Amino acid sequence: MAAAAPATGTVAQAEWLQRVGDNCLILGHRVSEWCGHSPALEEDIALANTALDLIGQCQLWLGLAAEVEGKGRSADDLAFLRDAGAFRNVLLVERPNGDFGQTLMRQFLFDAWHHEFLKALSDSSDPRVAEIAAKASKEVAYHLERSADLVVRLGDGTEESHERMQKALDALWPYTGELFMADAVDAEIAAAGIAPSPDSLKDGWLRTVKAVLDEATLAVPAEGWQHKGGKKGVHTEHLGYILAEMQFLQRAYPGATW
Amino acid sequence: MQAPAHPDTDQVWRWLSEVPDPEIPVISLTDLGIIRDVQWQDDTLVVTVTPTYSGCPATSIINLDIETALRERGIDKLRLERQLSPPWTTDWLTEEGREKLRAYGIAPPIDGTAADGVLAGRIARLAGTSNLTVACPRCGSTHTEKLSQFGSTPCKASYRCKDCLEPFDYFKCI
Repeated sequence: MAAAAPATGTVAQAEWLQRVGDNCLILGHRVSEWCGHSPALEEDIALANTALDLIGQCQLWLGLAAEVEGKGRSADDLAFLRDAGAFRNVLLVERPNGDFGQTLMRQFLFDAWHHEFLKALSDSSDPRVAEIAAKASKEVAYHLERSADLVVRLGDGTEESHERMQKALDALWPYTGELFMADAVDAEIAAAGIAPSPDSLKDGWLRTVKAVLDEATLAVPAEGWQHKGGKKGVHTEHLGYILAEMQFLQRAYPGATW
Repeated sequence: MQAPAHPDTDQVWRWLSEVPDPEIPVISLTDLGIIRDVQWQDDTLVVTVTPTYSGCPATSIINLDIETALRERGIDKLRLERQLSPPWTTDWLTEEGREKLRAYGIAPPIDGTAADGVLAGRIARLAGTSNLTVACPRCGSTHTEKLSQFGSTPCKASYRCKDCLEPFDYFKCI
């Protein structure tokens, strides 16, 4: 291991890349929990495919994070051998699946952000970031199209589905703010032209979200308290359970392959 | 011209055109348009491959199939490289590949619709139904409907023909 400390920009960049990759990894794992349990075959397949896209994107992001970090770790090491405190995903993606409506609402709120985010990254000063974003953006366009469609159908559906979607929205809304909160890492990344400051994405996100919620006859919650902490490794109790399941094999049988 | 010691790259391209896609074996890797480059670097053959979808589980199988096919033809110094940019789009599918898909019962992607502008337009409309007219690969009718955005693999959507009533896969544009 080289003794010299990496350049400061690189530390922030590795941290930032882990945030991006961890969002994909944890949401991908969460969504994969539906495999075999969805209300209809088509939805089961769609959820599994969405999870697959996110895990694939996570491999690219965490692969780059590991490379930038320069400690000889791989994407797999980052995914399977870090403890909860080292994960950098926003709290939104670790929220429990709840019912189908809650899962779809979480997906929609995330997809709408993810799409804005990746579009902006296509102009990144780091070509490695730009090329992953360009690739992922096309996949996420399909995620957003589908989750928005289902939010409208369920929101503007039966009395019960409407009620459940409104409840899901109200419960998840306080977890959306973290997507737009900037800290010192974000400031450094923005200054380097790698990614825009998170708060600059809020208007575009809100436009998409409001348009869809309006069509879904759902009421946009009032601005209020927003949870945060995931980006710094302060997580809710749910993440530990996710990791216990996701990491079990590599923890119990280190280095196992098949 | 290559030195006679190893096969020229045209020959390698022909060999690769015989390697089937593991998930849709009626089309080859070259039909799919995922082989970006084939070149000799000294005595090592470098094949550059681009993934279709980030999480496509066939990616590692594809690499293994390329390696197996070329080793069988006596190429033992081989390196596979991944190239993400420019990202693969369904516009890279060859005409021949599209015909093979149709004959197999999969509606091919509609030409030129993979451009970002079209995707952006779709997103802007949000929540609407698809504006693409997908023809049934069996009877040719354009009287079809989308059942699900995601089909049996990430690259396909599920459709149904309202005339002949057959369900079918549509290789969606990306």
